[in-house]
Amino acid sequence: MKRTIHDFRVYQNDHLSNDYFVLYLDCPEKMPEILPGQFVQALVEHSPATYLRRPFSVYHVDEQLNRMALMIKVAGIGTAALMKLSAGDTLNLIYPLGNSFEMPEGDHALLIGGGVGIAPMYMLAKRLHDLGKKVDVLIGGRTSKDIIEPNLYREFGNVHITTDDGSLGEKGMVTQHSLFSGENLPFSKIYACGPDPMMRAVSNLAKSKGIDCEVSLENLMACGIGACLCCIVETNEGNKTSCVEGPVFNTRDLKAWQ
Amino acid sequence: MSDSIIKPDLSVKVHNLNLKNPVMTASGTFGYGPEFEDFMDVNLLGGILTKACTSKNRDGNRYPRMAETPMGMLNSVGLQNKGVDYFIQNIYPKIKDYTTEVIVNVSDSTVEGYMEVAEKLLPLEKISGIELNISCPNVKEGGMAFGTSCPMAASVTKAVREVYSKTLIVKLSPNVTNIAEIARAVEDEGADSVSLINTLLGMAIDIEKRKPMLSTITGGLSGPAVKPVALRMVWPVANAVKIPVIGMGGISNASDAIEFLLAGATAIQVGTANFIDPAVCVKIIDGIEDYLIRHKFSSVNDIIGKLNIQ
Repeated sequence: MKRTIHDFRVYQNDHLSNDYFVLYLDCPEKMPEILPGQFVQALVEHSPATYLRRPFSVYHVDEQLNRMALMIKVAGIGTAALMKLSAGDTLNLIYPLGNSFEMPEGDHALLIGGGVGIAPMYMLAKRLHDLGKKVDVLIGGRTSKDIIEPNLYREFGNVHITTDDGSLGEKGMVTQHSLFSGENLPFSKIYACGPDPMMRAVSNLAKSKGIDCEVSLENLMACGIGACLCCIVETNEGNKTSCVEGPVFNTRDLKAWQ
Repeated sequence: MSDSIIKPDLSVKVHNLNLKNPVMTASGTFGYGPEFEDFMDVNLLGGILTKACTSKNRDGNRYPRMAETPMGMLNSVGLQNKGVDYFIQNIYPKIKDYTTEVIVNVSDSTVEGYMEVAEKLLPLEKISGIELNISCPNVKEGGMAFGTSCPMAASVTKAVREVYSKTLIVKLSPNVTNIAEIARAVEDEGADSVSLINTLLGMAIDIEKRKPMLSTITGGLSGPAVKPVALRMVWPVANAVKIPVIGMGGISNASDAIEFLLAGATAIQVGTANFIDPAVCVKIIDGIEDYLIRHKFSSVNDIIGKLNIQ
């Protein structure tokens, strides 16, 4: 798949809270196909101290209108500068980058997102739904403020929520949700994206229940195109780049996760 | 009088390398070339310096290997590569038909290792030169240890010179007291060119976790932050040696590149900027051409080392 560079036009910037925002972008040219789990490298302008691009999962894509959306959480000065973008501004993206989630063999998938880690799950939920798979979405966060646009997923399946403080949904971590209380779980596949400890806990849970599990890693990267070798992850087949060979990995292949 | 513009000659010669223009890619920032084919015609480049090649497979350092710093980045990749035999069998076939010069960056832990890689690369028709990396700050053994003392730099250059007859470039470390002395030492042992600077040793700390940002604690700093330091090293080296100098360090645009050419570099390498704009090298080539036209120079050679210090 050919990767490309385009200047997108911001047509809307929804500030969902002090930390979370969604950038809605128009592409002046025909966008290449973007698969669930793929990401973009965004150029941060008007931020004199930052130099590198910032990687973000693709949140929504509208192929007809040539539009995409990125869900972003402010994590530093780069993302803070992006939060200030407004309609009419330009955002330069290298995309589509990385591999994508593999479609499951069974017919029932559980998608788990922690905080901003829910971002790649929208496209995945839509794709699974279009393929006729049954979908459950589990969203976790520290508080209700970290549960972003949960109702969007209801058209694809059941939505479940946990928060650490119990301010929304069940209290506790995603792996403590009552979905997992039974002996035999109905899911043939679990997909997860979020903080590293969350993904490891999900991976262990999936393994103990004998369920195939894929995670989308958020390793630090510079180039995003396989040149710098900074974002490596240790796999059973040696070091792999999370930008080209990832960001999606089956947890059985992750050496340090066994 | 005709207003037609005669295109200036961008070609430069670095020993036996005939570069179609002075813009090359720095080792470790451009893969082997195929990684960038989606974004640019790599054959427009003056040359490609490959990712470092060592005698044996190297896994490199542990994650995390990078940290962004103001207008730059630290890295500690640690020469991850699959070794020279893998390069010859699996990578060389993909790049042997390039019409740009391909120069392999060579590194190792021992003098014998450097020699082994050089000897194995010598028969490859497309590879008209190697860049001896005696300046990698991110490996425990070898690398920069060879590049920070005159006797060590001289001995590894001498040993490789004996087994390698094509163009031999030596890549210098800036982490020294007097870089011009090292440049002269490798010139005396038969280096055909020197390239500089490799990354500057640096460090960054995550104060919340009270931990270093890199698994190796220290790493190599690159990007626009290092450009003034690089330029002030290229300048004395260009004045100290007779062999051509290849300048690099934070070059992000044509103006930066022209500064290095004026300071005495015959060619330049673009590194970290490739990560921000994978097509930046083409823009730099075009920008140099525009500058030459604007100042009515017929050849890029007319500006090399032409810094006016009167």
